[in-house]
Amino acid sequence: MGVITEKLPIYIEPMPGGSMVLTSMDFMINWAHANSLWPLTFGTSCCAIEVMMAAGASNHDLARFGAEVARATPRQADLLVVAGTIVKRMAPILKTLYAQMGEPRYVIATGSCAISGGPFVFNSYTTIRGVDQLIPVDVYVPGCPPRPEAFFYGLLTLQRMIKEGETVRKPGIRRKPVMAALPEGITIADIQAELAALLDRNATVNVPQQCKERDLDEP
Amino acid sequence: MSPDDLVAAVIAIESGVAKKDLCDRLAVNVLPETLLKFMQRLHDDPQLAFDMLYTHTAVDYPVENRIELIYQLYSVKQRHYLMVATSVKRDKPEISSVSSIWRIAEWHEREVYDLFGVLYDGHPDLRRLFLDDDWKGFPLRKDYKDDFMLERPE
Amino acid sequence: MSIRVTTLDEKIHEIPTNESPMASQEYFVNMGPQHPSTHGVLRLVLKMDGETVREILPVLGYIHRGIEKKGEHIGYRQFVHLTDRLDYLSALANNWAVSMVVEKAMNIELNDRIQTIRTIMAELQRIQSHQLWWGVFGMDLGAFTPFLYGFRDREKITTILEETIGARLTMNYIQPGGLMFDIQPDFAKKVKEFISYFKPKLEEYETLVSNNVIFEQRMKNVGILDAATAVSIGTTGPVLRASGVAHDLRKDEPYGVYGKVQFKVAVGSVGDSWDRYRVRIEEMRQSIQIVEQLIDNIPEGKTLVMKPAIKIKLPAGNYYSHIETARGIFGVFVVADGTDRPYRIHLRTPNFNNLWAVTVTAPGWRLADLVTILSSLDIVVPDIDR
Repeated sequence: MGVITEKLPIYIEPMPGGSMVLTSMDFMINWAHANSLWPLTFGTSCCAIEVMMAAGASNHDLARFGAEVARATPRQADLLVVAGTIVKRMAPILKTLYAQMGEPRYVIATGSCAISGGPFVFNSYTTIRGVDQLIPVDVYVPGCPPRPEAFFYGLLTLQRMIKEGETVRKPGIRRKPVMAALPEGITIADIQAELAALLDRNATVNVPQQCKERDLDEP
Repeated sequence: MSPDDLVAAVIAIESGVAKKDLCDRLAVNVLPETLLKFMQRLHDDPQLAFDMLYTHTAVDYPVENRIELIYQLYSVKQRHYLMVATSVKRDKPEISSVSSIWRIAEWHEREVYDLFGVLYDGHPDLRRLFLDDDWKGFPLRKDYKDDFMLERPE
Repeated sequence: MSIRVTTLDEKIHEIPTNESPMASQEYFVNMGPQHPSTHGVLRLVLKMDGETVREILPVLGYIHRGIEKKGEHIGYRQFVHLTDRLDYLSALANNWAVSMVVEKAMNIELNDRIQTIRTIMAELQRIQSHQLWWGVFGMDLGAFTPFLYGFRDREKITTILEETIGARLTMNYIQPGGLMFDIQPDFAKKVKEFISYFKPKLEEYETLVSNNVIFEQRMKNVGILDAATAVSIGTTGPVLRASGVAHDLRKDEPYGVYGKVQFKVAVGSVGDSWDRYRVRIEEMRQSIQIVEQLIDNIPEGKTLVMKPAIKIKLPAGNYYSHIETARGIFGVFVVADGTDRPYRIHLRTPNFNNLWAVTVTAPGWRLADLVTILSSLDIVVPDIDR
């Protein structure tokens, strides 16, 4: 594998038609990587039950995406799904696990605690506020805990990232399809218009009037 | 035993034991010097027979310069419940360990040492439980300052 | 008095004394925080002699989030949602404990509808938690099929609860003063369908695991916890009942409508892993019986007797309430000072005591038996560290 991805591109690229061979190689390798991700069994708290166990069990089946081979050792895994809160005492261990994984390796941060610290952002003397302060993260899946279906959407986004964004010429650098999570029927222009409206300093929300319009008790 | 009899029997064991007010269950206050003897009597007496320690925790009162230690006891044989409270000085928080009476007290006392800094005399293995061994400070004290912690804006 | 504080390094570097010609084989093995069978981030430092475990030093704190300190800065109603994240497999029961403390301190009277629905929800969650335990127990012992069967049936309860509550795991449903939402109109019908589906499945579980000779030999007389030690350690729940002590809060201090339903408390005799296993299977049966008695006669009434927008202020004093979750007794101790935030809130969690039982029962057994014992105690680690 090392010869194909490290040495061959240097020889093939200058040849006539070499780029086409490399692109086909990219397609095959990315297809193989994306459809057989092997996750590491790593779950610290509540998200582990939903994201790791319930997603891998009988009702929501992780095996249909090729990812049911969960390995206990990071040396044999290539996907690290961080499910649960990371505290200061656990941080060096997470970094060791990530360092032990072999290239190419991917990280999905599931749940609010792994994305930003979750419910434990304030007044907690040990919680790390987001796992991306420790390791590079590819996909964030929000939720507390995210449903198994939400986790599958994140996994499919990662698969799309791998298929579209990786190339043997630049290993480790992945193009992020930022709008991979865009729902149907919404365009970038819609989002930009809404952002512009939010940034308008004169825009206000009149809570008592809106409550009256909806026949609610005032707070 | 009815609650009144229980309180009367408990108060009669040692001097310095008094009923504690403003608690929703039976509670007594004890002096820290007599704590170990008092707890031993509570455990061994066949009428009282407090054989289970539900939990042991502490409350920090910096204004009154004391840390109050709370023990919650239950008797499986007699099915009654008692809360025992004692106070130690905040600048010299030392008290005898009850781990020779109830085995789980070893871990509860390690937790209270970890979070409040109370030292236990006679404890077989006193070290921090939840935090790293080289952590500075005792987090659950009211005057704990930490650069890492984010305060909630009001 | 001279009190000495030690560290973990000092304990590990103690040189073992030469008791036998084989003593030079003693070594320390780290069953680290990332391990497929430790049910969370639990680190066990094992002092081993060949394949036999001599001493266990659990190292905690890998999920210590400081929930008790956080409780001093947020109100009671917000604290309820944090208790979901402790023992997440009995989230509704944890919510109930905090609600009970607040209601007793403020003298709030609840009507029968609220109590009945709370009881039904708590029992459904007990069945759900034991189903997951059964699945993971089989997986720890090397069999993957119980895991799939347990989760298949667990999803049925999860869907029923999700329709009413809105969440699958972190429920935040039982609030001080009642319930967050009213139950769906077809709740009773769905629960009855589930019960008639699950009863033959429970027999299937027995055939698969309980009547299996290999499981029996791996569990019988392994990890015996006698009654006196169990009480001294303060274990509660199925671990205590398997050792022969019949202490169940649902019978001793009835709350909810437990005083009005008929059910038996499963008590073991020997206190080995086999007894702990059988007690939990029997508890599933008794929970089904309780739900059957209640599901047809849910009384009418309001589901919230206290307006949700008011700030909850407890009068000054110390309050303690506890309930029986799937793992043991979960208690909440509040020191209130009259404001809307607790001065100190302490949680008495069942897994804190149950974990200690492994340090007492496992020495002398092999490493594979250690996994059996740890799994039969049914530990959820964020409950220990809070």
